[in-house]
Amino acid sequence: MAYRWTNDLRRADVTPESLWLNRRQVIAGALGAGALGTIASPAMAEALKPNSWEDITSYNNYYEFGTSKEDPATNAHMLNTSGWEIEIDGMVDAPGLYSVAALTDDLTEEERIYRFRCVEAWAMVVPWNGFELKDILDKVGVQSGAKYVAFETALRPDEMPGVRYSVLDWPYREGLRLDEAMHPLTMMATGIYGKPIPNQNGAPIRLVVPWKYGFKSIKSIVRITLTDEEPPTSWNMSNRREYGFYSNVNPEVNHPRWSQATERKIGGGLFNRRQPTLMFNGYGDEVASLYEGMDLSKFF
Amino acid sequence: MLIQLINSGLRKIPTWVLYILLPIPGILAIVAGLTDNLGPEPIKELEGELGEVAIKLLIIGLAVTPLLHFTRINLLRFRRAIGVVAFGYVAAHFLTWLLLDVQLLSQIWADILKRPYISVGFVGFMAMVPLAVTSNNWSMRKLGQFWSVLHRLTYIATILGGLHYIMLVKGFQMEPLVHMAIILAFLVVRVPKWRRSVQASLRGLPDKVLRR
Repeated sequence: MAYRWTNDLRRADVTPESLWLNRRQVIAGALGAGALGTIASPAMAEALKPNSWEDITSYNNYYEFGTSKEDPATNAHMLNTSGWEIEIDGMVDAPGLYSVAALTDDLTEEERIYRFRCVEAWAMVVPWNGFELKDILDKVGVQSGAKYVAFETALRPDEMPGVRYSVLDWPYREGLRLDEAMHPLTMMATGIYGKPIPNQNGAPIRLVVPWKYGFKSIKSIVRITLTDEEPPTSWNMSNRREYGFYSNVNPEVNHPRWSQATERKIGGGLFNRRQPTLMFNGYGDEVASLYEGMDLSKFF
Repeated sequence: MLIQLINSGLRKIPTWVLYILLPIPGILAIVAGLTDNLGPEPIKELEGELGEVAIKLLIIGLAVTPLLHFTRINLLRFRRAIGVVAFGYVAAHFLTWLLLDVQLLSQIWADILKRPYISVGFVGFMAMVPLAVTSNNWSMRKLGQFWSVLHRLTYIATILGGLHYIMLVKGFQMEPLVHMAIILAFLVVRVPKWRRSVQASLRGLPDKVLRR
């Protein structure tokens, strides 16, 4: 069932450029009524203008292709995504190997314009195309004891020059609690700006969890496992103190090496200003209830 | 023979040439930033670029003595220019961080005090200030033997710079470790000479400083 969640923004709001001003007024209104009762400033409305295709596809963290921001755009063409299959296993009724088409063909593709906040304190706004993860999981039948979903990125040393180095313990792994995975904001993206998602952004299919730091939104997924235990996740394994399992965007919980109170939206030039980071990346209305009663400074 | 040729060639190059050539990568990066040619996040790009040239120049500065020692190629004349320009890069790197990246004055002090990688970088920068200030002939004459003792701060500044680089990356990355390995290698080859000069200065230094 598509459209469980309604975009603040639609594609019509993105283009043509001449309409940006109008759209900003729409957003300003929406935000005013939105999360945390914040009053929308012009800067915040500006922050919801989607980044250009160029920005989104040339500034990436995808360490399998190298650790600098431009490495993925340079090297990701080596990844062969044809005949891609995703193994779905664990506590599901219909485990097996699925093609992307088999998982998504009968679902309605949606466009969702989400804020994207990297743990490194930069941000962008991306118009994703894709499907709610819930619809995909419903298709394979999640069994009643399952509590978590684990994801794995492809590991192909011949196509991924970055995995020669043990920057992380490959393959890249991520995980969500089942209620987070089933949340209508959580999506599996196969496109950006209505085009197939480029390799450097996680082709052919990736997770998008807009209220968590970007590294949770795992790319080029080859395996999804339903489990009853919290799965190990790559950055948490690499540095427990710096990267928690939850990694919800939270301006009050700083990274040990830098503040998370502010962020800079990329694409703003040499004199770009920082702007305040929003709790749950601005999706508090939708997701705060998932964490009720939890100490978010402990479960960061 | 070849070495003599190289050295006599090097002697023909005036040192001011380095003050023109070495800043070029930094100036190009700044121009690229101002003309929107540094990618989607020019602030971080500029900051990183300036920092990287800085650490490389510091390493080249450290290489001058071992190069002379092991190959007899003499770059001593150029070492001041290398050091002064390296300081310029570190200062530009620091200002980029301060003015363009962090922007908030209250945040700057908090970061310097609270974030170890920034503290380390900042102390390294501070260690270079007296070196830049005394990088002229007058200071050299005035300070005499103390000048070369003071300028051993270069070693501290370079190690701190390398450490700053290691501490700021995410995950296990090779590049900063390779830089640090080179820094340590250039310092280790100095150890035998130091042992001699420390013994010498322990005997001779205090009264020489007092005499001034």
